[in-house]
Formats: sequence, structure tokens, C-alpha cells
Amino acid sequence: MCSELTSAQSEAARQMRICNACRYCEGYCNVFPAAFSIDKFDAGELSYLANLCHNCRGCHYACQFAEPHEFALNIPASLAQVRNESWARFVRPSRLTEFFQKSAVSICLAMVILLASLLLLIEFGGNPCGEGFYAYLSHEMMVAIFLPAFLLPLLAACIGVRRFWHAMQGRSLAFPDLLKAAKDAGAMRGLSGGQGQGCQYESGDRATNHRRIAHHAAMYGFLLCLASTISGTILHYVFSLPAPYGLFSLPKLFGVPGGILLLAGTIWLAWLKLKSDRSLADAESWGGEMAFILLLAFISASGLALFAATGSAWVPFLLALHLGGVLTFFLSLPFTKMVHGLFRLAAILRFLQRRLSEH
Amino acid sequence: MTADKSSLAPVCVRRVCDKVWDVIVVGGGNAAICAAMQAAESKADVLILESAPITMRGGNSRHTRNIRCMHDGENPPLTGQYSEAEFLQDLLQVSDGNTDRELAVSVIRRSADCLQWMKQRGVLFQPALSGTLSLQRTNAFFLGGGKALLNTYFQTANRFGISVLYEAEVCHIRLSDNSFTGVEAMIGGKSVIIKGRSAVLASGGFQADLDWLEKAWGPPARNFLVRGTPQNRGKVLRDMMNQGAVTIGDASQCHAVAIDGRAPKFDGGIVTRIDCIPFSITVNQYAERFYDEGEDLWPKRYAIWGRLVAVQPGQQAFAIIDSKSFGLFVPSAFPPIEADNIQTLAEQIGLSGEKLTRTVQEFNAACRSGPFDPNALDGLATVGLGLPKSNWARPINEPPFRAYMLRPGVTFTYLGLQVDRLARVQGQAGPYENIWAAGEIMAGSVLRQGYLAGFGMTIGTVFGRIAGEEAARHVL
Repeated sequence: MCSELTSAQSEAARQMRICNACRYCEGYCNVFPAAFSIDKFDAGELSYLANLCHNCRGCHYACQFAEPHEFALNIPASLAQVRNESWARFVRPSRLTEFFQKSAVSICLAMVILLASLLLLIEFGGNPCGEGFYAYLSHEMMVAIFLPAFLLPLLAACIGVRRFWHAMQGRSLAFPDLLKAAKDAGAMRGLSGGQGQGCQYESGDRATNHRRIAHHAAMYGFLLCLASTISGTILHYVFSLPAPYGLFSLPKLFGVPGGILLLAGTIWLAWLKLKSDRSLADAESWGGEMAFILLLAFISASGLALFAATGSAWVPFLLALHLGGVLTFFLSLPFTKMVHGLFRLAAILRFLQRRLSEH
Repeated sequence: MTADKSSLAPVCVRRVCDKVWDVIVVGGGNAAICAAMQAAESKADVLILESAPITMRGGNSRHTRNIRCMHDGENPPLTGQYSEAEFLQDLLQVSDGNTDRELAVSVIRRSADCLQWMKQRGVLFQPALSGTLSLQRTNAFFLGGGKALLNTYFQTANRFGISVLYEAEVCHIRLSDNSFTGVEAMIGGKSVIIKGRSAVLASGGFQADLDWLEKAWGPPARNFLVRGTPQNRGKVLRDMMNQGAVTIGDASQCHAVAIDGRAPKFDGGIVTRIDCIPFSITVNQYAERFYDEGEDLWPKRYAIWGRLVAVQPGQQAFAIIDSKSFGLFVPSAFPPIEADNIQTLAEQIGLSGEKLTRTVQEFNAACRSGPFDPNALDGLATVGLGLPKSNWARPINEPPFRAYMLRPGVTFTYLGLQVDRLARVQGQAGPYENIWAAGEIMAGSVLRQGYLAGFGMTIGTVFGRIAGEEAARHVL
């Protein structure tokens, strides 16, 4: 990889060199054991460490070299900066990531534009023969918009993660590693604080599991919503059962609890973020991250509202709002905080690979 | 770090001064907070006066990472067993017999239930850190180290209703005959009097007072670095000495190790340690070797190098290694000085290239071939040198070459208050009625020389608990 370090990377390298001589934080997470086996902190290694970090902040409150000490260590903030930079570096075009990270407004702006266009489409593209919300936006139209809007950004994100994988000098994947990484990520071990005491996030130096639980709710809620969409697609194409679906159909059984979990989780995450100390994260991308959480909250809330409004006159309006949110989410996916899931999974996988090769 | 900030408000200072406290604890490190918790658990009304700001609270305990405890097994995270006899043996060995046997045995016995006591107060432990496996049987490591331990203790103290005042430097212990009545402290630039029925003195040693060190060591002390908190200026210790308290040890005794010369004057902590000496040749500013770098295993020798460097001209030395030894030791926080030949390296560190080249050549010529084992006394010694290197002697001949500048780094001092088994401070006419001491300020009572890893925390925890309990018992 390129040998020139950015200023955020040089700062992280300086800080990690001090960590490497101390090692007290070894028990909090994988970042420190990973760092201690690294000889030279180059750009690839620093991106690797940064994406292993879950910003739990245990190390910061334990650090005898944190400010006002002249070594001025702030590992959570330093790695957050490198992490955000790494997403911009690996996912092209970089400018878009920077744009979405640096300004919350950008997401809202994109959303307003999309919503407006959708409302226009609904006005002129409705299919009076369609049922349910297809009466307002034909199925073909929806597919024509959403399939590329979903697949192209996902492809961009995957290419980005692939480049990240090469920068970490990752080897080909083995199934047991994948399973273990999925387990680690699924249990949010990175937010456990090492012994299940949790993050030191919203209550100063006191550890709680609030962030871990909130993230669980948001992540599993999101996955259930995804399952809802996939099951709907299968019902539509394989079994020729188009929407609307009843309450006891798979899409609803996945979607309703998923939506509720996602909504609760994201609102809780946003609340925790408000209470947390901003100087222990990447201050520049705070707005973008917050906007991303609220976007997810908005999608789940509008989806639930759409379900509740079935059959009423509110449907076209809510549908436009909901689909506008979903479309915004997908289109911006490779450039927002959403990529953290993929990058983190890759970093955990690489950690497991390295640990195996060391033993 | 939110809970205690309000205690700095002036109104609180007034509240603090308006009452008579059951127990006033002077200091904010491990011993102090242990004493405070123990006293508060006996329902005493406890005030902690910590001279540091909240962000730097905890004295040298911030830099610690483990506690040494005896145990019969089944005491996680410790492995195996560590008997009273073995513990005592270790202590007598490192202190060359300069140990108060009765106090030492008392500390060792009472260390047995420390881990349980700590866990009950919220402390989390972790397995021995990488590179410290030799300690996993004897020393229990705190998750995140000493500062995390202190954070947990301060949270617990807060729950127990203990009051904490930060940036409150105690300058004088007020005595009436043989009895404590209160303290004089500087708070917010003003001198205030705080009244109390008993006191626990746990304000550390005096190693951050360079004037005091200079009196004992002469001008070279100006070049010493202090590895821990700048707060340990020994004000309370000196005040008690002035009032006739019995002391133990002398001011020239300190624990000092060789640390990176670029370390900050204070508070550099563990990351400034230089562990490459056994694999190096170490020279003074005349590029001459001055001690057998491979005399014994590093854990048994690192504590003598502070003094060795302290008596070299300019109080500095330089450890030189070649590429064969990279990665054999935990690196310092500072990148080493590196060059492709000895001449250039010497110029970069301000030594005579010619002299250093000659020293290296002489050393290399005295090296013989044989098996090298970095983890054991390998007997790979030089042959024919006036000053031999007894182990790990491999020629310094494979570039790149690296140099670390060394200075003495003072960890702690031994001069302190004499206490008895119940942690009572001794005055001219026997023990004071209501003054106890714990931690570094009295550690010299237990051992007056040498050091055993994690034993400072054992003394602090054990005597902190005793002092807190006794002080509370006295007033309640």
C-alpha cells in the first residue's frame, strides 16, 4: 500500500507505538492484541486496527497517558478518524463518502430530492389496476428503480471491502473463520468491554451494556426487515403471491417485529450518542453518523406507519415517505456509516486468520 | 468523569469546612481509596483530600498494573499456588534481608483475601499481559491497569457516600499533643482548615520533590526523571517529620530504573522503560562500557540500572543493539535512533564515532560462538574482556544499528513514616492516638531496599484496609 501516511494515520501510529510499550489494555478488545503483533504501523495495518475498534472507550478511561498527560492519547478518537478515512479511501468515489460523513445535511438533502421525485412519480405513474400500494406505484416501476438502486451501491461497497481486504493482506476465506467472525459480530463481542461489562460510552468512566443492547436491537431489527423484503420477493416471484400480505404472512412476521426493533434500537442509539463525549469520536463525522441513525429510524417508523395505515388515504403519502427513505438508504449505502458492518466483519476475519497463523 | 466535578464548587468547600469529619484520608491513590472504602463500610463519614485534579487522580497507582497475592490455588486470575513461605522468601531475596519480618508476614497473610475484597468492590481482572507470563502465578492484573482500577474504586466510593475533594493539597497535619485535630489544605489558592476525628495519611513518597532528591543525591538528581505523578512531593511526610514523627529509611534510597532519556520529566510511566540492555552493549558518554549487561536475567537486574546510570557522567548512558536483537524486547514508546554503521550512529547520539567503533570492535572480538537463548541464562559470555558480558554476548555487527539514550527514572522512595502492625503512625511518645498511614508513605516500614513486582499494591491495599478499619473503629 502507499507508504505516505495521512495526518490522522501518523497520529494513530504515534499513539499505537505508546500502546505497544504499555499493553495494559490487552483485555478490552482485539485491537491491542492485534497491534502488539505489528512491527510497522503502515496505512494498511492502521486501517485494520481502526476497523477492529468499536469505539467502546474502555481503553481511554483506563489510559494513564490520556489528556492532560503530554502523550495525549485518545485511541477511540484517533482510530475513529482513521476508520472513517479508510472507508473513504477504499470505497470509490471517495468524495461521496467524505460528503456523506462530513455533513448530515447532505443525506437530508438527497432524501428531499428523492422524495419529491417519488411523489411526482406517484402522481403520474400510478396503476389504477394495482392492488395495495401498487395502485400508486406499479410493481415494475418499483423494481426498475430499486433493483439498480440496491445492487449498484452494494457492488460499490463490496468492491471497497475487497480493496480493504487486500490492504490487510488477507488470505482466502475458510468457512470456520467466517462462522467464528459471524458469531463474534452477532454477539457484538467488540462492545462487551472484554468481560461483558460493556462500553464506557454514555456514562463517563462507568461501563454499561446499553449501547450493546441498543445496537443488537438495531442490527437484528434491520436483518429482520431485510428478511421481510427477501421473503416478499420470493413470495412474489416464486409463489406468484404479490403484496399486500396479511399479518400472519412471512413478510409481516419478519417486518413488524423487525421494524419495531430497528426503531427502538436506532432511537436508543441516537440518545446514547447525544449523551456520549464527542471528543472521544471523530468529531467531523458526528453529524453524518447521527443522520444515518435517524435515517434508519425514519425508515422503520414510516414502514410501521404504512402498515398501520393500510387501506386509508394516508397510504400514498406514507408510501412516498417510506420508499424515499429506503431509496436514500440504499443509494448512500457505500458512503455512509452503513459500510462499518462490512469493514468490521472483514477486520474481525483478518484478526482470526492472523491469530491462527501465529499459533 | 462527571460524578465528582461538583465537589470543586466553593459551596462544597464551605460545607467541608463546617463539619468535623470522622475520617480524613490524605491522598487519592490505591491505599487512600482502600482506606476510605473500608472506613465508610463501618459507617464512618469519610473525606478524601486528593491534591491532583480529577483527570490525574490516583497518584502512582495510575501507573500500576497488578497486585501480588499469596494463595493456595483456586484464586483466578492467578494460576497454581503461591505460599506464604515462598512469598516471604522472594521478599527477603530482593531486599537483601532488609525487611521487617513481622510486618512483611502480616502483609503477606492479609494479601490472601485481597482479590476477593477487590472483586466485591467492582474490580475486574485480566490474565497476565503478553510478555509477563512469569507473573501469572503470583500477580493478578487489573483489566486496563491501575487507572481503570481507580475509576472503579472511585465509583464504589461514590456509592458508599464518600466525599472527595480534588486539587486539595494538604500542607499541614494539625496535632494537639499526641492527637490529630484536622488538616490545613490549599484549595483554590486559599488555605483552609478541615477538622477531623482521625486521619489516614496515604499521600505517597517524595520522589517528585527534586530539591529533596538533590539534598540526598547531590546535583546529579537534577538529571533524574520521575516516572510517576508530579504530585508526590512528600509535603505531608515532611510535615510529620518536622512534628517529630518517627521515620524509617534514608532519603538516598529510591527505586530507580533506566528509562528512555526522551521521557517526560514526570509521569512517563511504564512506556519509557528500556528492556534491551541484556542484548546490548551499554556505554556512557565516553563510549565506554561500565557494567556487565548480561549479569543475570533482566527481571532480576532492571532495577539496578537506574543507579548504574545515575553515577555515570551526565547521568546518561546509551544502549546499542544490532538488527539481530530487534523484536526480542518490548519496545519503548519512542522510536530508537537508527543508522547503518556505528560511526553514524555515534554522531547521531553525540558520542565520539572513533571511540564507539573501538568499543564495539573490542567487544565483538571477545564474543565467541555458541547457542543464544534470550529467555534463559545462556552462558554466551565474552572472553578476555576486563569487563565481561556474562550472557547473551553476540557481536554487534549486523546493520541497521539502534541506540537508546538512557537516564535514571525514579519510581519511588523508601524514606517514610514508621508504622506498627495496625498501621499506626509512631510519634516520639509512642503511637499517635488517631493517625494511621498506608501506601508508599509507610512502605519503607515493610521493606527498605529492593522491590518485588506488584508488592507496592499489596502494601497499599492491605495497610489501606487496616488503616481505614482502625480509624473508623477509633471514632465510632
